[in-house]
Amino acid sequence: MALQSLDIVRRSATTTSSPNVRQAQTGTVAKLIDTTKCIGCKACQVACMEWNDLRDEIGTNIGAYQNPHDLTDQSWTLMRFAEYENPDKGNDLEWLIRKDGCMHCADPGCLKACPAPGAIVQYANGIVDFHEENCIGCGYCIAGCPFDIPRISKRDHKAYKCTLCSDRVAVGLEPACIKACPTGALVWGTKEDMQQHAAERVEDLKSRGFDNAGLYDPPGVGGTHVMYVLHHADQPQLYNDLPADPHISPAVSLWKGATKPLALAGIVLTALAGFFHYIRVGRNEVHESDEQAAARETERARHE
Amino acid sequence: MSDPTTDPSRRTIQRYTPNERTNHWVVAIVFVLTAISGLALFHPALYWLSVFLGGGTWTRILHPFLGLIMTLAFAVLAAAMWRFNKMEPRDWQWLRQGRDVVNNREDRLPEVGRFNAGQKLVFFVFVVCMLALLLSGIVIWREYFSLYFPVGVIRAAAVVHGLSAFILICAIVAHIYAGIWVKGSIGAMTRGTVTPGWAWKHHRAWFREKLHATHPRPRSD
Repeated sequence: MALQSLDIVRRSATTTSSPNVRQAQTGTVAKLIDTTKCIGCKACQVACMEWNDLRDEIGTNIGAYQNPHDLTDQSWTLMRFAEYENPDKGNDLEWLIRKDGCMHCADPGCLKACPAPGAIVQYANGIVDFHEENCIGCGYCIAGCPFDIPRISKRDHKAYKCTLCSDRVAVGLEPACIKACPTGALVWGTKEDMQQHAAERVEDLKSRGFDNAGLYDPPGVGGTHVMYVLHHADQPQLYNDLPADPHISPAVSLWKGATKPLALAGIVLTALAGFFHYIRVGRNEVHESDEQAAARETERARHE
Repeated sequence: MSDPTTDPSRRTIQRYTPNERTNHWVVAIVFVLTAISGLALFHPALYWLSVFLGGGTWTRILHPFLGLIMTLAFAVLAAAMWRFNKMEPRDWQWLRQGRDVVNNREDRLPEVGRFNAGQKLVFFVFVVCMLALLLSGIVIWREYFSLYFPVGVIRAAAVVHGLSAFILICAIVAHIYAGIWVKGSIGAMTRGTVTPGWAWKHHRAWFREKLHATHPRPRSD
């Protein structure tokens, strides 16, 4: 979904600079998900469906609140429910609910892995967006993502994920999920403001006995434009395996980093080595003397 | 068939049968298509190569199928050529004299059978790379197989795929150059025949094998 009012700072499979004279002067944007205020009502999921015209298949109830069971090409956000018995509080049951979806990394693994020029872009405001018209459906973004977010559609074989409502944000509106949240668990603003707001929330939580409350803005991916306030920021994995230290996998960095120019150079050098061998040493030809030697040997063989 | 030994200036020696030549060129053609589509997805500077297969999406769809055809066709060729590519003691000596090889001083080298040590080495590089490409390619084939593998395996497979493709492409470049360098080799793979002088110069042990197959020595016992 190309948006002319949003400047692109990074573009997949593109080796030259994107136009970036205009900067995000007022700072990048961020969505803050305060898991401590979330009641799991799924209004955000419904708002996402409604704004983006998505209708997932009706699934089956497996006796859990989580529905659908996983992110899909039609479900770009999903409330994940975890039941945690806190050993520090006499095994009290804690219902940890996390709104899952694209984290909009500052250093996006999907974009790094993508081989199709312009299929994944990063806007100056921090949003990482898929432009499906350029997507070739290879699924490299899935291998590149540290959070297991992109999904390939079975219908058109293109990759889909949360756009952070880039179309709404481009015209000064907040994302649909933010608008729908009834408890204020979802907050929207500049990244700086959201960090500040989160700091206040963390202080409040600590005063209420959540000593390990904190902000989840993982530095391994350069920080994210979707952040969490967690009661247990020391154990993010409690929240349905939110990674403790997400980063672009070394395998992906190798595959999409040094390997690319080095391999290309290697192939070119091999071809050049051949060319200059031909120029310097020259062709290896059979001469008349070789034919005569072969004929002599043939004669000998006939008379033996 | 006329006796190729009647006129020494006209006769030729068969090096590759029509089946072997067909098999070789099927592998070669499919390799070119697989390589250009793979390179298109490997480096953005080569994405333009995707036009040859009808654009990025068609490249993504066709590349794995082309890869399967290539590996299958190569497997048939490799099976036929396997017994001629076993390394022998004289092959190691040949390799040690690499300087004589690249400087066209073949008279100083040990005698060579149907294939020389360089060809044998390239053969085994092809075998290993094709196998690595097949296995890693299945893992990263998103449409049918990736769902059966954890993401760590997929990432590792992507690295293996890129690396083995790089080695294979370099080996093929060397293979093609060897054909341009050693005159008569391309004719061997297109016409199927070489001159006796060619066989005597480049593959003397093989030349003698052929000779004694045509003119069996009288038994001495």
